[in-house]
Amino acid sequence: MPAAMTATKGLRVRVDRERCQGHARCFALAPELFELDQWGNGRERGDGSVAAALEAKARLAQANCPEIAVEIIEE
Amino acid sequence: MSERPPVTDWATDFDHLDPRWSENPYPIWDELRQTCPIAHTDRFLGTYFPSRYEDVRAIAYDTEHFSSRRPVVREVRPPLIPAPPITSDPPEHKPAKQILLPAFTPEAVERIEPRTRGICRELVGRIADKGACDAAVAYAQEIPVRVIAHMLGVPEQDGDLFRKWIKEILEIGITDYEVLMRAQGEMTAYFAEKIAARRTSPGEDLIGYLVNVRVADRPLSDAHINGTLRLVLIAGIDTTWSAIGSCLWHLAQHPQDRRRLIAESGLMASAIEEFLRAYAPVTMAREVVKETQIAGCTFKPGHMILLSFPAANRDPAMFADANQVIIDRTQNRHAAFGLGIHRCVGSNLARMEIGVALAEWLARIPEFRIDPNAPVTWSKGTVRGPRELPLLLSA
Repeated sequence: MPAAMTATKGLRVRVDRERCQGHARCFALAPELFELDQWGNGRERGDGSVAAALEAKARLAQANCPEIAVEIIEE
Repeated sequence: MSERPPVTDWATDFDHLDPRWSENPYPIWDELRQTCPIAHTDRFLGTYFPSRYEDVRAIAYDTEHFSSRRPVVREVRPPLIPAPPITSDPPEHKPAKQILLPAFTPEAVERIEPRTRGICRELVGRIADKGACDAAVAYAQEIPVRVIAHMLGVPEQDGDLFRKWIKEILEIGITDYEVLMRAQGEMTAYFAEKIAARRTSPGEDLIGYLVNVRVADRPLSDAHINGTLRLVLIAGIDTTWSAIGSCLWHLAQHPQDRRRLIAESGLMASAIEEFLRAYAPVTMAREVVKETQIAGCTFKPGHMILLSFPAANRDPAMFADANQVIIDRTQNRHAAFGLGIHRCVGSNLARMEIGVALAEWLARIPEFRIDPNAPVTWSKGTVRGPRELPLLLSA
C-alpha cells in the first residue's frame, strides 16, 4: 500500500482546534502522539510527526474521533 | 401513564414514553430511518425526531436555529431553568463550560479512580457470594451516586434523595409539572445551603472549587453555581447507572463477550466504546428558535427536537452492522456523549466508572445470566437503562 510505503517519511497528525470538543479519544488511543490541554481538548504532541511504528495508532485515533478533528497529513 | 393514547403511527404520532419504545426502541428507529427519517408528533406540544446520524449531527452543530435552553422534551414548557452549561447557547456557553472542564479531564478523573474502585469492590463483595441479585439496584445505581457525592463533597447517605429528584425531574416530571417544579425547588434549596456553607469554610471538592473560581476576576453568582451543581448531580448519576446496567445486561446474555473480556483485558477499552455506542443512554433535546430546513424537512420555531444520540448510534449508514455489538470494533465515531459544543462534560468520568465497574464485577463474578423468572424493566423518557436487572450468579 502506498500509505505504508511513505510512512517512514513524513507522516504527521494534527488536531483541528476548531472542531475538537474534548472527547479525548485521540489521547486514549495514541497518547504517544496526542496530549490534552487544561480543558481536556486534544492537540498533537510537538510537530505531530509520526514514527513508523506508531502509524497504526495514528490511523486509529483518526478513525475514532467523533468530531472528525484528527487529520493525518502525508508529506 | 397508563391513560396515554397508544401510538398509531411512529412517523406522525411517536411517543417516547410508549412502553414499546422504552423496552426495545431499535426496531422502531430502524423503520423510521427507512420511511420517515425526521418524524414528528403533536404530542409534547410538537416535537421532531431525527433518527439518522447525519441529521442528529447537523442539528447538534447548528446552535443558531436550535437552542439548548430546554434540555428535556416535556408535555409542558416550564419556565426556563438555567443549569449552565447544558442549557447555555453561544456566546454564554463557552465560558460556562470552561469553568467545569478542568475538573473532568482524564487526569482529574484518574484521581477519583481509587475511590471508585473501592466503592465497586465493596458493592461486589456484598453480592458475589449470593446466588442472585438485582444488578441495577444493588450495583449499577450505587456507583455513580457515591462517586458524584464524593466529587461534590456531599454525604453519600443523601443518595436516596438524589435518586428521588432524578426520577422526578427526568421521568415523572415529563408529564407532571407540579412534581418537576417541586423537585427543582428542593434541589435548589439543598445546594443553596451547601454553597452558603462553603462560603464560610471552603473545601477541596467541586462545590468549593465553584465558590472560589474567578471568571474575568469575578466570582460566579450563587444562581450560576446552583444551576451547575444541579446539572452535575442530574447528569452524572442515572446516565452512568444506565450505562453500567446496560453493559451487565448485555454481558449476562453474551457469555462469549464476557469470557473474551476476562481473558483479554486489553479489549476492555474498545468494548466500553461499543457498549456506549449500542446502548447509549442519553437522549437530549433542542428547541427550534429559528425556522430552517434539514433533510427536506422544515423545522418550525417553538417545536422541540428529541435529539437521540442512541438512534444516531444505530444508523447503518454510519456504522457497519449497526445492530450488532462488536466488542473489538476498531472504527467507532459514536455520539453517546453528544456532538459539537455540548459534548458531555463528564465523558471521561463516565468511561472511568464504567471500566472500573465492569472490571471489578468480572473479577469476582465471571459467570452470570438473566433470571428467566423475573422481569427486566427499563427507565422511561430521556435516559435509557435497566432499572431492574435480576441476575443469577454462579461462582
